[in-house]
Amino acid sequence: MVSEKALDQWVVEAISAISLANDLEELKSARLAHAGDKSPIAQASRSLGTAPAEERARLGKMIGEARAAVTASLDSRKEALEILRDEKVLLEEIVDVTLTSARGHRGGLHPITLLKNEICDFFIAQGYGISEGPELEAEWLNFDALNIPADHPARTMQDTFFVEPLEAKLVLRTHTSPVQIRTMLEKQPPIYVICPGRTFRADELDATHTPVFAQVEGLVVDRGITMAHLKGTLDLFARKMFGEDSVTRLRPSFFPFTEPSAEVDVFFNGRWIEWGGCGMVNPKVLAACGIDSSEFSGFAFGMGLERTLIVRHGISDMRDIVEGDLRFSRAFGVGL
Amino acid sequence: MRVPLSWIREYADIPLAMTAEEIGEALVRVGFEVEEIDHQGLEVTGPLVVGRIVKIEETTEFKKPIRWVELDCGEPETRFVICGASNFDVGDLVVVALPGASLPGGFAISQRETYGKVSNGMICSSRELGLSDDHSGIMVLPALCSRPGSDAHQLLEIHDVIFDIAINPDRGYALSVRGIAREASAAIGVTYSDPVASIKTDNFAKTGLGVVPKIHDGACVIHVRTLAEFDPKAQSPLWMRRRIEKCGMRSISLAVDITNYVMLELGQPLHAFDRQQITGTLQIRKAGKTTAFKTLDGQERTLSPEDLLVADDDRALALAGTMGGENSEVGPMTTSLAIEAARFDPISIAKNARRHKLSTEASRRFERGVDPSLAEYASARAASLLIEFGGAKHVDSQSDGEPKHSPIVDFDPDYAAKLTGADISVAQVREMLLLIGCDIDEKSDSLWRIDPPSWRNDLLLPADFVEEVARMVGYDAIPSILPHHPVSPGLTKFQIRLRILSQLLSDKGLVEVQTYPFVSESTIKLMGYTGDRANAFRIVNPMSEDAPLLRTHLIPGLIQSAAINLSRGARDFGLFEVGSIFRNTSKLPAIENPATDRRPSQKAIDQIYAGVPAQPIHVGGVLIGKALVDDWRGEGRDYDWNDAIEFAESILASCNANWTIKRSDFAPWHPGRCAELLVDGKVLAHAGELHPRVVAAFGLPERACAFVVNLSAIPDHGVLVAPVIGTMPIAVQDIALIVDEHVTNAEVIDALKSGAGAMLESVVLFDRYDRIGEGKISLAYTLSFRAPDRTLTGAEISEMREAAVEAARAKLGATLRSA
Repeated sequence: MVSEKALDQWVVEAISAISLANDLEELKSARLAHAGDKSPIAQASRSLGTAPAEERARLGKMIGEARAAVTASLDSRKEALEILRDEKVLLEEIVDVTLTSARGHRGGLHPITLLKNEICDFFIAQGYGISEGPELEAEWLNFDALNIPADHPARTMQDTFFVEPLEAKLVLRTHTSPVQIRTMLEKQPPIYVICPGRTFRADELDATHTPVFAQVEGLVVDRGITMAHLKGTLDLFARKMFGEDSVTRLRPSFFPFTEPSAEVDVFFNGRWIEWGGCGMVNPKVLAACGIDSSEFSGFAFGMGLERTLIVRHGISDMRDIVEGDLRFSRAFGVGL
Repeated sequence: MRVPLSWIREYADIPLAMTAEEIGEALVRVGFEVEEIDHQGLEVTGPLVVGRIVKIEETTEFKKPIRWVELDCGEPETRFVICGASNFDVGDLVVVALPGASLPGGFAISQRETYGKVSNGMICSSRELGLSDDHSGIMVLPALCSRPGSDAHQLLEIHDVIFDIAINPDRGYALSVRGIAREASAAIGVTYSDPVASIKTDNFAKTGLGVVPKIHDGACVIHVRTLAEFDPKAQSPLWMRRRIEKCGMRSISLAVDITNYVMLELGQPLHAFDRQQITGTLQIRKAGKTTAFKTLDGQERTLSPEDLLVADDDRALALAGTMGGENSEVGPMTTSLAIEAARFDPISIAKNARRHKLSTEASRRFERGVDPSLAEYASARAASLLIEFGGAKHVDSQSDGEPKHSPIVDFDPDYAAKLTGADISVAQVREMLLLIGCDIDEKSDSLWRIDPPSWRNDLLLPADFVEEVARMVGYDAIPSILPHHPVSPGLTKFQIRLRILSQLLSDKGLVEVQTYPFVSESTIKLMGYTGDRANAFRIVNPMSEDAPLLRTHLIPGLIQSAAINLSRGARDFGLFEVGSIFRNTSKLPAIENPATDRRPSQKAIDQIYAGVPAQPIHVGGVLIGKALVDDWRGEGRDYDWNDAIEFAESILASCNANWTIKRSDFAPWHPGRCAELLVDGKVLAHAGELHPRVVAAFGLPERACAFVVNLSAIPDHGVLVAPVIGTMPIAVQDIALIVDEHVTNAEVIDALKSGAGAMLESVVLFDRYDRIGEGKISLAYTLSFRAPDRTLTGAEISEMREAAVEAARAKLGATLRSA
């Protein structure tokens, strides 16, 4: 019959052998010798059946404790040896992580798109909707309805591309203002919209001009709208575009579709920059759209996106924006 | 308009201490954009005197004729200078820069030896003094205008400030020193003296001996003053010449200079006719049957019946308000003059100028509207100057018509504060309106009847007067307030779609470009476009005759961008563009533009809308070179037709569209390597390899690929219904089929799906082998099955697999490939 003393001795021998194992291989041998089927503890366990019934419970408990002690020791040693092995193996797998090279391509959005999105998001947050319209547009919507009658000098201010057949009276829109007219023809005030889009004027491409460019215009028509609201909106817009320190300045000017009219300058990087045009919607324009100017008033403003980019990002040549050199767009990635 | 400060000061009492920049800022504050401030004469220093030519000795021994000139410069001794010009005679007065003087460009004058003589100064041309561009010879001063030795700085008023001011089209009156000086006075707050106030008209009698005018059309008033005994040799006084030059015009002859001078001074264009050439009445009429006419620039003009003319009983004498005729021009023998001043209808003159592409100093003013009361005064002013400087005698003054003034406008003075949101008092409104020259009849606190000044044809609506008040008070008085905050509808579904797919393409490595939508006819041909895409809109006045058409497809612009990038060294890349395309495919109705005084009828609005062709938004891309570039890991992979199709599919997938795919033969793609993608039976996209002909023509690398998707045509999918996610085990079966090589993958998948039944979750092609021979290929698929409610049994799975294979056999003749 196994004695308590013998069991203790076996446990001590087993733990000692386990702790002396230097790698997982030696640990396996130790496990077979001291915890395997042929180990003294296993044999003692098997002989339990022959023990007297009154001793069986006590002996069984003793043997179970001995086995548990050996197993715990095995587990902890195994864990330690595995960590050691992993450290060694993984160290051998070190690579040069600076060996990077982009095999695929990094894309990017055009900065005009990014700026347009930025402006649209800003004005959506201010409660505006975004209206868009056709680039090949009815002359009436592009000019007449905006109080730019045929043969008025204001019409020649904008070098217009006319499209055949002439009797169809189509032009490449010279501003996104026809979208304002469409909006006013299609819905009654209150109107709060932003009209972004491509526009066309017959200017030769050079460092500061392009015949195809992008504009963003804003239109508000509501009860009690004043020039102060225009100024407030422009100030907020300028701060969004050019930073918290930006301020705007209005200078009297002339646009047929606004009265009073103003040029908007913005103070940026220590100087005043011409940014766009604005004014109170001319009552004649409201009338052409069937909006009662004794009840409603409105303001409108318009800026060139290229101009805004050039000023804000220090772009020295308009051609970089329009030529489609992928290095230019890629430099902005997907955010300005 | 260029205006010298010295002339402005004549009518505006501007403090001498004010700098040019301060004056410029004041003008900007009231709405006059100063484009340039030119400090004239800043570079002209040192002794500059009047000299009289005493003797000229011609020398011909050099390459060009040289004059050795003896000059009286008011000094005890005469002075000798060398001169290369020859437009002067003994006795003429000229301008001499003496040693020690410095001329523009840092040109220092010193005593120097040249052409074998010692030259002791320089006789100057107008350009050398920086006064004008005239370098046709040296500047000969009018006889007796000064004495030898006088200071030429003062005589020529060399030192001056010229403002170059952009005049807005609504302010015709400001195309004059009178108008600019009025604005400057108001802006600065100083006294203004109207030059018109000092013009006398009562000493010119109507005698019936001169030319009689008659208005038939296109003008409200005309004044004609006939003069005789004019000395055609009389020269323009120096001060007049100088002022004309400072305003950027050229001095021509006394009679012409006087009409130009009065125009610059007052803003009223005038015309001087040779009175001898006028037969009968001087009339303003439409050209009608008069068909040809030679303007004084020597151009033979074909007249439109609608052209407005100044004519006599027999013939056209001038294109009214635009340019005079050669037949009645004042010449070197003219002694008898008819000075005409009229207030022409702006639109008639605008049409004259536009039809004949002839924008002149006169037409620019008439188009913008000339003060109708000026004709009488300006003609009197010109007559007085002709009498004073040309020795002319007044013969007769005649007129027809009456000045037609702008109507009186009802105005509520509170409207200024109401529209601007600025704290503008009624007193300020009154003050500012009086300042700009209005007469106010205050009927009540809320009703003023305002009579705008004669020169302001732009003040027609109450809002126009608000602008006047606001700009005079200053726009800085307008506070900054945000309007009340409405609720935004947010982006439209389409706008969201555009954003998502642009982001998607960018994430997949493509770079967005925005190209000009202009293409050439040869490009359309080269691309092989037919049908709708060959019907491009033509621009009447294109930037370049090479590209007069609007794009019908995005590929040409993308290819051009690709070519630019290739030329700059890029090798492997993908570009994409999102933009409108234009196809001239439906008969466009002729449009009558409705009036704008009220909202047009819904029918008229609908007609205008219907007259604008649909311009769908497409997205297109080109793929150049490698999709994966070579690097230390090994060789990369070329972009191929399959990548292009995958891009098109990703776009459709991003819009939640369900598409089918077919082979297509569609320019400019490779006829064997182009897919069309259909949604609801409509072709919405093409993708694949570009045609080798197109690739070669633009110098793209071989096998360049492209895709185009018509975004506008992708249907709105409505609210998506969420799928039921099966949680039972999946059963995967692989099969390999042998089919005829013309059978497409899409056909096989369709057949397998139709046979396998509802529990087929997916079919994926995992292998394709085309070396079987005898026109056969092998396609291998993984079929995945799942039941919603139970684990499928082996028997069920086999049955479904066999049914799938059977369907492929029945529809496409497919056989199972044995292992």
